[in-house]
Amino acid sequence: MTRRARSFVALAALGVLGAVLVVAVTGLEPFGHYPGPYGDVLAKVVPDERHTGQLVAATVFDYRGFDTLGEEMILFAAVCGCAALLRVLRSEREEDEGAPARPVPSFAARAMSAALVGPVMVLGAYVVAHGHLTPGGGFSGGVVVAGALLLAYAGGQGLRLRRVGSITMLEGTEALGAAGFLALALAGLIATGALLKNFLALGTSGMLLSAGTIPVGNVAVGLEVAGAVALVFSEFLEQALLEDPE
Amino acid sequence: MTFLQATCLLVVAVLGTLVVATRDPLRQAAVTGIFGLGLAALFLAVEAPDVALSQIVVGAIVVPVLVLLAMAKIREHDE
Repeated sequence: MTRRARSFVALAALGVLGAVLVVAVTGLEPFGHYPGPYGDVLAKVVPDERHTGQLVAATVFDYRGFDTLGEEMILFAAVCGCAALLRVLRSEREEDEGAPARPVPSFAARAMSAALVGPVMVLGAYVVAHGHLTPGGGFSGGVVVAGALLLAYAGGQGLRLRRVGSITMLEGTEALGAAGFLALALAGLIATGALLKNFLALGTSGMLLSAGTIPVGNVAVGLEVAGAVALVFSEFLEQALLEDPE
Repeated sequence: MTFLQATCLLVVAVLGTLVVATRDPLRQAAVTGIFGLGLAALFLAVEAPDVALSQIVVGAIVVPVLVLLAMAKIREHDE
């Protein structure tokens, strides 16, 4: 196809897409207006049924918990695939470890990273643990924890460390999180006859130990997400820093 | 829509266009990170702090660094 013909096809397709988008946007509710009944229904039933004010957490781990279970498995499968593809083979590995001198980050970068590791790690754990009380939860907190691990890598002895953490440990963390969420779902099935149904004491709304299975689910998701992100990083780092044998 | 939300939307639109307009992948990785931060500000402005927190880490750190690492690998391969 000539350049002209290609441009013509592209412009025509863009024109149609643009027109359809304009029609779709004009059909939307005005900004900030929520028409559907589901949110209103949840706002009424969640405080009594789950003893939490966090509608999002209650939706993710109870009312649409099955979707979360699917997403967990998708993340797990995706990271497994990524790790399998990027895994450094024995034949790819360098002959003698640590011999080539690699550029070390500046003192300022290392000091900054080292100073931030602790606070960021605590923030991540806090966000995971308070997922049923304040906005946040397993995913947000999990990626923050993974960020702290990355800072530890950047603040450590530079690139000589080579990876964000022991790969076996990260794999174990990710698998533990995924298995934990699955166990939580099945425990609901065994204890109450319905998958993911709450089987723990609901406690007093607003307390750290309340809302039944929601905080447990948050911890499981947090472990899995932190392990997954850090694992993908480790595999990428290992591949990128691997020197091709000449 | 508040002034803050309108500003954030505008900033995201400008940064998104900049990402597309940047042709050099190395610069693009950096601009994508800034775009990710703009998106996080927008999420915060529409009262989704939990999504904003994830966006800061994923959009401003994870994605650009993965792109940089992949580029480092490709360059080393080309040499």
